[in-house]
Amino acid sequence: MSILVNKDTKVITQGITGATGLFHTKGALEYGTQMVGGVTPGKGGTNVDITLENGSLVSLPVFNTVAQAVAATGANASVIYVPPAFAADAIMEAVDAELDLVICITEGIPVLDMVKVKRYMDGSKTTLIGPNCPGVITPGECKIGIMPGYIHTPGHVGVISRSGTLTYEAVHQLTTRGIGQSSAVGIGGDPVKGSEFIDILNRFNEDPDTYAVIMIGEIGGTAEEEAAEWIKANMKKPVVGFIGGATAPPGKRMGHAGAIISGGKGTAAEKIATLEACGIKVAPTPSDMGSTLVSVLEEQGLLEKCITRK
Amino acid sequence: MNIHEYQGKAVLKQYGVVVPEGKVAFTVDEAVEAAKQLGTQVVVVKAQIHAGGRGKAGGVKVAKNLDEVRAYAGEILGKVLVTHQTGPEGKEVKRLLIEQGCDIKKEYYIGVVLDRGTGRVVMMASEEGGTEIEEVAEHSPEKIFKEIIDPAVGLQAFQARKLAYSINIPGELVNKAVKFMISLYTAFVEKDASIAEINPLVVTGDGQVIALDAKLNFDSNALYRHKDIVELRDLEEEDAKEIEASKFDLSYIALDGNIGCLVNGAGLAMATMDIIKYYGGDPANFLDVGGGATAEKVTEAFKIILSDEKVKGIFVNIFGGIMRCDVIANGVVEAAKQVGLDRPLVVRLEGTNVDLGKKILKESGLNIVAADSMADGAQKIVALVK
Repeated sequence: MSILVNKDTKVITQGITGATGLFHTKGALEYGTQMVGGVTPGKGGTNVDITLENGSLVSLPVFNTVAQAVAATGANASVIYVPPAFAADAIMEAVDAELDLVICITEGIPVLDMVKVKRYMDGSKTTLIGPNCPGVITPGECKIGIMPGYIHTPGHVGVISRSGTLTYEAVHQLTTRGIGQSSAVGIGGDPVKGSEFIDILNRFNEDPDTYAVIMIGEIGGTAEEEAAEWIKANMKKPVVGFIGGATAPPGKRMGHAGAIISGGKGTAAEKIATLEACGIKVAPTPSDMGSTLVSVLEEQGLLEKCITRK
Repeated sequence: MNIHEYQGKAVLKQYGVVVPEGKVAFTVDEAVEAAKQLGTQVVVVKAQIHAGGRGKAGGVKVAKNLDEVRAYAGEILGKVLVTHQTGPEGKEVKRLLIEQGCDIKKEYYIGVVLDRGTGRVVMMASEEGGTEIEEVAEHSPEKIFKEIIDPAVGLQAFQARKLAYSINIPGELVNKAVKFMISLYTAFVEKDASIAEINPLVVTGDGQVIALDAKLNFDSNALYRHKDIVELRDLEEEDAKEIEASKFDLSYIALDGNIGCLVNGAGLAMATMDIIKYYGGDPANFLDVGGGATAEKVTEAFKIILSDEKVKGIFVNIFGGIMRCDVIANGVVEAAKQVGLDRPLVVRLEGTNVDLGKKILKESGLNIVAADSMADGAQKIVALVK
């Protein structure tokens, strides 16, 4: 088991004929993801031919619209690599086509475009992950996004993060300790996004194959505080945390559009204090995410069950 | 992106937001000429810098005649203003706004920002005008009223009326206040602002509802569709190294410490600063070279870090996913050769092609200290700059 994606997930790439879309579609195929086609308006009816490392050739059909792609391929998920000016439109098109899951990798979408997207999604059945995120992976089954697949190993720890590279850092620290991951989800670094920590925590909570979770937050907003309160009230599994940006100056946007301390709110100190008050152990440095989880797993007698690679 | 008050007022005016008549002046003579043209008895001489708190720092003066305009303009132009938003080094005043004075009856606060919790734009209003909204929020949060705006229909008149009545705008001026708020919201949305703050909004003796100050910030992700706003950028208000970095699409923020950081990914870059601090050091910058950096980009990043005289050592922390470690290693070697590496350098590489990357560094003949983990690297660089 896992969350969001698995070996049965059928994926289309929006922006498949662009350099980025093509590169990562190939990466997903190499990993074993069921890529079934792509969308680029104006290129419908053509095919994209991809030669894999093992020499085999995969030919994916390209469609003009997401609706056509879904009808022809039976896809239930899409990944978006289109440029920021067109990304909001691409998300709404995927929502309109009633996909279960839409993952938007694109960074740099205007915030007010995302405000409209969120409004458009009210009442829809689609789950949006991102934008400005690395994507979602269920190790050994399905990789959708830009993360390096080989650092992951199948197992029972869920990872959720606002940052791409910190997700890789956490996963790497787990894998080198023999601790596999059920799924790793990058929710993205933008202030307005499809899924928040609580949405993903809820899924990990319901997933019988996830035994513990690492949650990686950063400065800006109050999503970590809300997640901490939710964990205290609802979570049946241990969660450990890390918060980036303790040294970030106020009022400056630290790379991610959402990583900004404004009006004295959204500091790392506040977030860490709330997490700890809710009983969540917080790693003191990003190098200690793995060891902090191990100490909690040991306390709860879960370590043996979580070591999936000797 | 930040702009000056006078520019913000000009933008708002296009949308029907009422602002005082005013002109920008770069010299004392221009200031006097501007005051003459305005022709009012009283004019206000206002320092234009990208920071709040100008009044308290002596950057805003009320002049009753042209001699006073000349005196105040001479005093403020070239002055270094230190406010709670400038940092201790302050900011030099190079522009003035000369504005007609007005007969203030009462001051209010109106702000438009993004509410991350709901993913919508919110308009906030308070009767405590002229005070920092953060202070009001801390001491009397019950005096701040909010309306969450549905992006499908925009700010509705009833919402603006609710706000106007809540903050006790005089009854006969409520309609003017409603028009003001709707115009402000329209400007915010059409120009992709990230903050629009009117503090104070004033009602005047002659029955006007007017923006006495205006602070506008814009979403840098949306600047591609607002060429007119991009033209308002004042490079003199920004850090030279940050401007240089933005030319190469590098995300760089100058800080006060002495350890330069070069990292891929915003989250990892922030965490790298944190871990340096944790081990007793001080980061000199935030620098994210991004996911798809080339050797050239890394070289430019290195040059920018080394151009900071405060930097006593550099910590490169890379988790190569899409970015391959050999690319980073080549960039580091190339940069070190080009600029002449005269300070300690610690490199931690992990991820795709890590062994190749380490080999390139080792065989470069450069004095590079290799680190096994983030913690190891942070400890090593902190020790080296001590």
